[in-house]
Amino acid sequence: MQQLFIDGNRCIGCRACVEACSECPGHGGFSMIHLDHVARATSVQTAPTVCMHCADPACASVCPADAIKTDPDGVVLSAAVERCIGCGNCALACPFGVPKIDVQRELMMKCDLCYDRTSIGKAPMCATVCPSGALFYGTHEEVQDRRLARPLDVFAFGEHVIGTRNAVMVPAPTAKVEVGAWNVPARSRAELQLEEALCD
Amino acid sequence: MAKPSAPLEELIDRYGPHRSYEPPGGFAARAHPDRKVKTHCCFCGQQCGVQLLVQDERVVGVEPWEDFPFNGGKLCPKGVKRYLQNNHPDRLLQPLVRTGNGFGRIPWDEALDLVVERVRRLQARHGPDSVAILSGASLTNEKAYLMGKFARLAVGTRHLDYNGRLCMVAAGAANLKAFGIDRAANPWADIPATDLVLVLGSNVSECSPITTDYIWRARDRGAKLIVVDPRLTPIARTADLYLPVRPGRDSALLNAILNVVIRRGGVDHAFVAQHTSGFDEVLRTVERYTPETVAREVGIPAARIVEAAEMWVQAPRTFLLHARGIEHHTKGVENVLACINLVLATGKIGKPGCGYATITGQGNGQGGREHGQRCNQLPGARDIENPAHRAHVARMWGVDANTLPGKGYTAPQIMEAIHRGEIRGLISLCFNPLVSLPDATFTREALERLEFYTAIDFFLSETARHADLVLPGSLQEEDEGTVTSAEGRVIRIRKAVEPPGEARADWRIVCDLAHRFGAGERFAFASPEEIFRELARVSAGGVADYSGITWEKIERQMGVFWPCPAPDHPGTPRLFEGGRFAHADGRARFHAVEYRPPAETTDDAYPLILTTGRVVSQFLSGTQTRRIGPLVEQYPEPRVEMHPKLAARLHVRDGERVRVSSRRGALELPAHVVATIRPDTVFIPYHWPGAQSANLLTHRAYDPVAGIPEFKVAAVRIDKLEAPGAAALH
Repeated sequence: MQQLFIDGNRCIGCRACVEACSECPGHGGFSMIHLDHVARATSVQTAPTVCMHCADPACASVCPADAIKTDPDGVVLSAAVERCIGCGNCALACPFGVPKIDVQRELMMKCDLCYDRTSIGKAPMCATVCPSGALFYGTHEEVQDRRLARPLDVFAFGEHVIGTRNAVMVPAPTAKVEVGAWNVPARSRAELQLEEALCD
Repeated sequence: MAKPSAPLEELIDRYGPHRSYEPPGGFAARAHPDRKVKTHCCFCGQQCGVQLLVQDERVVGVEPWEDFPFNGGKLCPKGVKRYLQNNHPDRLLQPLVRTGNGFGRIPWDEALDLVVERVRRLQARHGPDSVAILSGASLTNEKAYLMGKFARLAVGTRHLDYNGRLCMVAAGAANLKAFGIDRAANPWADIPATDLVLVLGSNVSECSPITTDYIWRARDRGAKLIVVDPRLTPIARTADLYLPVRPGRDSALLNAILNVVIRRGGVDHAFVAQHTSGFDEVLRTVERYTPETVAREVGIPAARIVEAAEMWVQAPRTFLLHARGIEHHTKGVENVLACINLVLATGKIGKPGCGYATITGQGNGQGGREHGQRCNQLPGARDIENPAHRAHVARMWGVDANTLPGKGYTAPQIMEAIHRGEIRGLISLCFNPLVSLPDATFTREALERLEFYTAIDFFLSETARHADLVLPGSLQEEDEGTVTSAEGRVIRIRKAVEPPGEARADWRIVCDLAHRFGAGERFAFASPEEIFRELARVSAGGVADYSGITWEKIERQMGVFWPCPAPDHPGTPRLFEGGRFAHADGRARFHAVEYRPPAETTDDAYPLILTTGRVVSQFLSGTQTRRIGPLVEQYPEPRVEMHPKLAARLHVRDGERVRVSSRRGALELPAHVVATIRPDTVFIPYHWPGAQSANLLTHRAYDPVAGIPEFKVAAVRIDKLEAPGAAALH
């Protein structure tokens, strides 16, 4: 199975993914990707947030209009236009903060993994253009073969454990990510080395 | 005479920059493009392959070109949104002539006649060199060649130079001195196969984003990464070793690294003996540059310098990459030579996964510096002062070598000569010096003194506002041609659409002018391909030999690496294999480099170091990218980046407006308080004009060999502005 692998370590914050997403004919000018600085005051670290395509998607569970469907490949589709009432339950429920609500159209929109591209074997637009490889589309075997970082697709929010179709890349083999209260990110070696700079 | 022809607000209202956000008719309207045109991005030297979507003879979007080997579909945000420069409301559609208030329309024939009449009048009164030509490194190889021939044979001036003077010339001059050839030594495909990448003065992630993945592919195999930069850039953040060098101290740092490499036994004595000359003097020189003696000056602890040297010695294969960060200096050439000394002393060049390159910045930064649009150059990267080179080119052009003008002024020297009244007329194509040259106040004064200025452009750039005559030229996607990428790969630029309105392909405008200047028989080109064929013929036997390259071969091979001296020659992806260099004796040259301080050092009045550079969403002077809405919104206005320690001393908080002053001028802009820059250094990106121009602060100090300005070091002071709430000026 082809999946999207997200490696925040490689992300350079260029926003090519965001701009490419906004080129989609289905939602032109509107990107489904969030690209954020983690803590710009101290670091240039950025992180792309794309839909993780959960095995048991909270967005769909809480939808009162049953507008969010999962396809046979495990891709959680964007809200069905004719059903969605724009209530925003999905946006509140999503543990990753993915869905966006278009208030005027009363419509939720989110990544459907570029259905037009992936359904014919192509990579999603974001992973096609990403210049750093922070977004990579391929099989588990390919990513394990090519990279030192390891894929991870289990996230624990306290006792609530979520499995996802997409994976994040972590530096070493890990069973799951414990998503907890806000932690100040560890400083990189380079960030510590900048503190050693000799100034007059 | 050449003050802007109307109040600024009126010119901006009419000619922009305005922002384009959508394809014509909106996103839904482009559902069924008529064709996809395989070509390349119009911006930086990476020259990523892209497919332009064309519908109803208009460019409506971009589709990644995944088969092109260099980028395999990867693009930065500029590449994704580049198509929005087409169908743009600011596009110049008719020739324009200065009126009492703004510009008015003028028929093409009258416009072209006017250029020739006014240029010849100036030349008759003040000599042939009273008119200068400025061109650019975003032009195709064909246009670069044409501009050189046009200046020398049609206009007859020696003063032709290009905006690559602000970009590639320090690396070019140093490479020529050391290797006898000015081109990346290795194809990028060698980067993933290396064991250590050393990046100096290159914000790879923002200025050459595609190179990021090449570096990571090496790291995926276990390669180490060292980054040398006063700012902790995205590529530096995860580096194994980061050296936050004080701006302007690179040659001292590099000498110290080599000092340790030598003491650790890292010299490849067999390579040095067989393939180089001049090492003994380098040995004697760097002996005095111990890490301990340079640490305070370069601003890095000695132990880290030692660490870098040890990593270099231990890595079997290394790849050294540098860019403008070490080149925009009054010792740009020396900084590059110091890099090359390290590479040569350890024999780490000319092998798979092992080599060296400058990361060429401009779209045709490589090809644009080879075909004769530089003040000191003739086609084939020949020297305009070398009698044999002059004779060859004169013979090919069918003229007497004595009639070829000699070496002219560099672009900044041209501006200085305009300022002092020596040069009175100007023709420009693809150059926006009012934004890009140092000391913008001086540049504006110079432009105001021009007696006649013709600008060929597709948008009315800030510089072109000063023009007497504006000729609407072509965007990159409106003409055929070739460019040469950062790798030295010659690739095809394809025409997607015709120039709109009355706009014309640049080469046609230049050839039409040449006819009127009386040189028509030497400019009887029917197509850009004919220009390329002549370029290839004339380049034969030169250093940059394209004689075995055809457009058909480029398309068949997905690009051809020069030198390619014969039709059956496949091209040369990797230079210097087997230690064979391009000097006549086959040896590379060491050059001992003594460190010198930057032209302007800090003092009590101006205690901070200003360094300038780019952001990922803008390109150079912004003539195109400041007109593309989504790119503008990524980084809408310049900010001055400063460390929290400095901000605390100045009592400035993030987002507060400050005044940054140098001995040349001042500008007011918001502070960006981040702990990712040296505390003694501030950074301002340079893409904006007028009161937002970083070049109000930079100074006219140049490398003595290459003439590149010292954009990377100026002394400034910062004062907090006492007007809260002033942030809404934009």
